[in-house]
Amino acid sequence: MKIGTPKETFAGEARVAMTPDSALQLQKLGYECLIETGAGAQAGFADADYTAAGVEVVKTAAALWKAADIVAKVRVPDDSEMKRLRADQTLISFFSPVADEAKMKSAAKKGATVVAMEMIPRISRAQKMDALSSMANIAGYRAVIEAGNNFGRFFTGQITAAGKVPPAKVLVVGAGVAGLAAIGTSTSLGAVTYAFDVRPEVAEQVESMGAEFVYLDFEEEQQDGASTGGYASVSSPEFREAQLAKFRELAPDMDIVITTALIPNREAPELWTEDMVASMKPGSVIVDLAAEKGGNCKLTVMDEKIVTDNGVTIIGYTDFPSRMATQASSLYATNIRHLMTDLTPEKDGVVHHNMEDDVIRGATIAHGKEVTFPPPPPKVAAIAAAPKKEAPKELTAEEKRAKEVAEFKQQTRSQVGMLAIGGALVLGIGLIPGMPPSFMQHFIVFVLAVFIGFQVIWNVAHSLHTPLMAVTNAISSIIILGALIQIGSSGFLITLLAALAVFMASVNIFGGFLVTRRMLAMFQKS
Amino acid sequence: MENAFTIAAYVVAAVLFILSLGGLSGQESAKRAVWYGIAGMAIAVLATLVGPGSGMWLLSLLLIAGGAAVGYQLATKVEMTQMPELVAIMHSLVGLAAVFVGFNADFTISMVDAAKAAGEAVEGTFATLVAKKTSIEITILQIELVLGVWIGAVTFTGSVIAYGKLAGKVDSAAKKLAGGHTLNAAAGALSLILAIWYFNGGGFFALFLLTLCALFIGYHLIMGIGGADMPVVVSMLNSYSGWAAAAIGFSLGNDLLIVVGALVGSSGAILSYIMCKAMNRSFVSVILGGFGGPAGEQMAVEGEQIAIEAEGVAAALNEADSVIIIPGYGMAVAQAQGAVSDLVKKLRAKGKNVRFAIHPVAGRLPGHMNVLLAEAKVPYDIVLEMDEINDDFPDTDVVIVIGSNDIVNPAAQDDPNSPIAGMPVLECWKAKQVFVSKRGQGTGYSGIENPLFYKENTRMFYGDAKQSLDKLLPMID
Repeated sequence: MKIGTPKETFAGEARVAMTPDSALQLQKLGYECLIETGAGAQAGFADADYTAAGVEVVKTAAALWKAADIVAKVRVPDDSEMKRLRADQTLISFFSPVADEAKMKSAAKKGATVVAMEMIPRISRAQKMDALSSMANIAGYRAVIEAGNNFGRFFTGQITAAGKVPPAKVLVVGAGVAGLAAIGTSTSLGAVTYAFDVRPEVAEQVESMGAEFVYLDFEEEQQDGASTGGYASVSSPEFREAQLAKFRELAPDMDIVITTALIPNREAPELWTEDMVASMKPGSVIVDLAAEKGGNCKLTVMDEKIVTDNGVTIIGYTDFPSRMATQASSLYATNIRHLMTDLTPEKDGVVHHNMEDDVIRGATIAHGKEVTFPPPPPKVAAIAAAPKKEAPKELTAEEKRAKEVAEFKQQTRSQVGMLAIGGALVLGIGLIPGMPPSFMQHFIVFVLAVFIGFQVIWNVAHSLHTPLMAVTNAISSIIILGALIQIGSSGFLITLLAALAVFMASVNIFGGFLVTRRMLAMFQKS
Repeated sequence: MENAFTIAAYVVAAVLFILSLGGLSGQESAKRAVWYGIAGMAIAVLATLVGPGSGMWLLSLLLIAGGAAVGYQLATKVEMTQMPELVAIMHSLVGLAAVFVGFNADFTISMVDAAKAAGEAVEGTFATLVAKKTSIEITILQIELVLGVWIGAVTFTGSVIAYGKLAGKVDSAAKKLAGGHTLNAAAGALSLILAIWYFNGGGFFALFLLTLCALFIGYHLIMGIGGADMPVVVSMLNSYSGWAAAAIGFSLGNDLLIVVGALVGSSGAILSYIMCKAMNRSFVSVILGGFGGPAGEQMAVEGEQIAIEAEGVAAALNEADSVIIIPGYGMAVAQAQGAVSDLVKKLRAKGKNVRFAIHPVAGRLPGHMNVLLAEAKVPYDIVLEMDEINDDFPDTDVVIVIGSNDIVNPAAQDDPNSPIAGMPVLECWKAKQVFVSKRGQGTGYSGIENPLFYKENTRMFYGDAKQSLDKLLPMID
């Protein structure tokens, strides 16, 4: 089958859904690849690069849509593209089933199959095709770079001959993929970074990226993000108040604020209010990554950069991934390629649309002349809910002391108990009527030897357990003594058996000791 | 009785043996310790040869020389990866020797009886000793020799089967004959009946039947134990061979045999205990064989195993500052210890912190991994135990798991229904990145699914461990 990528028609969109690299991989799956001329130009991929990778360059979009069985693109198709979409064609692109409901219905009516990249379920198996995450990663990085571009100072603190420079303070609100990417970029530029999220379980991830997690002083059970597929959900009014109060406290100190808070299929929550903007220092920068959904700050203007009266810059761009078209295209093309791998289990260049598969089912919004949105809930949860853990209590000095005493008593008790049992056993054997003293002499030797054995062996180093076994094996052939004593006896059978025993035991003696020597000689210090 | 000189020599030998075992507490003192052991053995044998065993000293010396030649061959030819097999097969020799010596003691008793009845004098050191005994002492002597023969016979077949399993000649999975534990119990009960018959004048025939019973128990017991439990089995057999020697020592009235047997027996017992503890299993459950069935529904494993090529591993290693390597039986099978050592040398030369984490039951013999790494000239001070290193994983960049499975299975901590729940494991998944070198996607010896392989920070580096590492080596710069 043929897989084709047209040039993006949306104004300012520089990404492309197929790169020469991904085309090579797609060809390995058995597909023929087509591309519209100039589709990759803005992302830094020339037609010649595609031709070199074995991709057929098609002159017009119309011809491409006509030839391709599968169309992979970035943005949702515009009206003219929707007209070109035909029955039994598969379309793979970003396609919001809520915002573009009419287009979804018309595609279903035509009998085309639509796979929406934003509907890929968030389960670990599907991460390799999760284009939202790869785009969010870029957006987070780029948000910091844009902020830096509009911020008049260094990120990192410096003491130079020309004076002292304080480090920039960055607050990242919402620690999803974009938020974490922003935190990583910001800390590596040297800024002091703070981060907040309504899901307390991400605190660990935030701290692992080198930022400080902003905790709320709030009693209510905070929500468990795992139950909502890893996304945040709406919080209670009390919680929201506590959260805003914390932000108000932080606002005057922050130089850069990056907000990334989004709730699926809802307007972005207002987290950075006008009074917070007013309390910020002139020259501060706010980057609102939620601008497309109305913004976390109500002053944000979508796709624009504005400067408030008190000199705070608010950036509301929504095309961060497109601003890094080369990087974004190669990640997006790889996501598509992984999706195609799952759609082509036989690697024979034929799409096998398995509606039983959680991932494919979840992402498909139109198939077989029907709208297949919303999908049934996935069979596996995104992230296993972390069970609540009780923090181990710090012991006070008295408690520690009491514990030590208790342990000591316990130890004494068990030792005395063992001694009593052992002693009783030995005494019991001595009390058996008619027990000859000659046996008891040997018995005493035996008990003492066992005792010494236990005392000595506990100290043997872990790493020397194999040599220990070899040595004990060698010396257990002490049984040779018994055989040596018997070999002098008169009976022929006795002599024969004893001779065999002597032979076997001596194999053991020499074998055991030599092997031990070999092993020990190998242990060396660095 | 032995003369005074022999007894004195035995005391010296006993002290040397104790020092020899005690010296194994450290790598440096261990080199001295093995010489103590050799000296002790030499003194004991010589003293016996000039004293009570002087009857046929020439034949004895010849036999010892022959044994020495065979032993030398075995010890110098053996690959360090085959160490478990060698130790197992040598245990079987001790077991068999104990059986023979026990039989001989029985023959001597009947010979002395016959001589007494005929009014003749007896010859031979042991025979004169027996002749002096009262009837109750004879009964005790018989009890002792029955114990010695029985334990010896169990050790013999048990060790042969253990050898077969370790060498891959016998299927290593836990196998049960029909009847299972009842069969063992029946054989045990039969042994007891035969023993009582023997004490009451059953003669050699009863002893022989009893030996057959013991041989069967040894065979059946070890057949029922899976490959993953081999460290416990080998140390248990080690312990048995000691107890057999001690029992024979009682019947021969030889104190040195008793002392050394007891030392070896307790040493093996402690090792078995340590191994069991490392697997969080009771000794009884290991001996009775196989993992118990799962207590309930096991957690389903989510996600997929993501493969990675040598380039990816090399890139991660080149960037890492701290690396921990967790070797397992797979490294031994692939003979990859040399390649591992080369890798470590290269990484250390670049100033990276490279360490090894050794689980107590890694491999098929207690301390197996340490010996292999030592053979490959890995310095022992970077080879650490589980307890020493488990807290360091969160600060580690890269963990490489080479051929281990159950000892790095997070299910032991997370899933209360897992068959290995509660077993202490190396918490390698806490590191930033984990690479697992493994032959294929199958489960390990125990057949338990390992969620580690499905974790997000885990990448599977498929292939034979040695070939994988050889591919990796030139890419480290």
